[in-house]
Amino acid sequence: MALLKVDDIHVYYGSIHAVKGVSFEVNEGEIVTLIGANGAGKSTVLNTISGLLHPRTGSVRFMDQDLKGIAPHKVVEKGLAQVPEGRRVFLQMTVEENLEMGAYTQPKSTIVPGIADVYKRFPRLEERRRQVAGTLSGGEQQMLAMGRALMSRPKLLMLDEPSMGLAPILVEQIFDIIKELHAAGTTILLVEQNAQAALSVADRAYVLETGRISLSGTGAELMASGQVRKAYLGG
Amino acid sequence: MSFLNNVITGISLGSIYAIIALGYTMVYGIAKMLNFAHGDVIMVGAYMAFFAMGRFELPAIAGVLLAVVVCTALGIVIERLAYKPLRQAPSLAVLITAIGVSYFLQNGAQILWGAATKTFTPIVNGTLVLVPEQLSISYVAILSVVCCIVVMIGLTLFTTRTKMGKTMRACSEDKAAAQLMGINVDATISMTFAIGSALAAIAGVLMCSAYPVLSPTTGSMPGIRAFTAAVFGGIGSIPGALLGGILLGIIETFGKAYISTDLSDAVVFAVLIIVLLVKPAGLMGKYVPEKV
Repeated sequence: MALLKVDDIHVYYGSIHAVKGVSFEVNEGEIVTLIGANGAGKSTVLNTISGLLHPRTGSVRFMDQDLKGIAPHKVVEKGLAQVPEGRRVFLQMTVEENLEMGAYTQPKSTIVPGIADVYKRFPRLEERRRQVAGTLSGGEQQMLAMGRALMSRPKLLMLDEPSMGLAPILVEQIFDIIKELHAAGTTILLVEQNAQAALSVADRAYVLETGRISLSGTGAELMASGQVRKAYLGG
Repeated sequence: MSFLNNVITGISLGSIYAIIALGYTMVYGIAKMLNFAHGDVIMVGAYMAFFAMGRFELPAIAGVLLAVVVCTALGIVIERLAYKPLRQAPSLAVLITAIGVSYFLQNGAQILWGAATKTFTPIVNGTLVLVPEQLSISYVAILSVVCCIVVMIGLTLFTTRTKMGKTMRACSEDKAAAQLMGINVDATISMTFAIGSALAAIAGVLMCSAYPVLSPTTGSMPGIRAFTAAVFGGIGSIPGALLGGILLGIIETFGKAYISTDLSDAVVFAVLIIVLLVKPAGLMGKYVPEKV
């Protein structure tokens, strides 16, 4: 059974029709990626799943429950965490405070072991635990944003362009971490412009073009597809 | 000696401004709006204490408590009815609404309690004489400074040590990201109005104890001066509100003593303009560069 099932959602910004009937699903244990150019509607889809935006028609079901009308902060309680585009860590709060905020929905007793887990995965964060997040490098902020999302112990982790603005070596590191998280049993929905990197880790992938899904298949299939190579992989 | 007396008056007046400015600055920090009705909440608080102590002859502490409870509830109701529906509206609409709420409270007070000025009974009386005939401090002044210090320490601990306080900081920085953490932003904003309004009640009682006249417009001028103090110190910054409030109190008192009573407000605002020209974010305004 699908963990997340997005069924024919249409999302508007005022009169602008940004997402025009997108359907896809994510099964437990998978890494699924949505790739597409800037403005294709990828973040809009994620924010709709998180409840920050509302579909005019269509539905989002998580663990067989319709998320319609559920406030964003309640969506997190159900086990859906998003690492937003541009990381959006709390720049004036310390690394540790950011992680505590990530555990907002969790009982107090889980915070200390949760933080210890995050530090084990991201030792750099432990070194900087008392620093405010604004002083971290872009890569460290991405790690913090991911660690913060993991603090809510999500059943589905959604990542919005984790490679954005990072140096190639850091992109590689971030994707290694995504693979590790997946190996540890986390289900992941990954939105990326970096199609090469995303397809290389994904079990299945969807290509989003101007608000519609134009192609779908396994990561390997799309990597081999002439259409994808031409449009997203530089020939 | 008159110089020292003026410093003392300035600091105690400034402490009251600082407590009011905290309400402005916290609400601005989280809701990104200027709550121009904040000054009038002070007035409501003062009336509550006035009735509790004057008409029902309750002890001062009961008067203060009643003022705090009523103002806290009032702050929550104002936010819920007037500002929450405008969360997505342009800031000009919110600003005009805040001015509307301010007039509503002033006129409501006039209908309920009349326009005539009432004489407020100070919650503490007496004066501490340091140098006979020359240097003295009223107990109200001491109480104002003590309250300001307690409030500042309390708020600092609250925002850095408690989950609720950290949540407020997270919301004031990035509401969408806060929602993605599972934080109920509406409840957090409501809480901020509650705290700000409770502080306004305390400030109202202190203000009217130091300058014991009470009318429906009592809150408006201190409200505007405290707003100035918040901008002066850097709106959104809690230490900035303290610094801005104290400096404003001193500048106002010195302006009255050495320049002209009539011009004291002009002096205050002239200093504000100069500070903003040199440091547009205020004395302790935050500037955080974005990292790519």
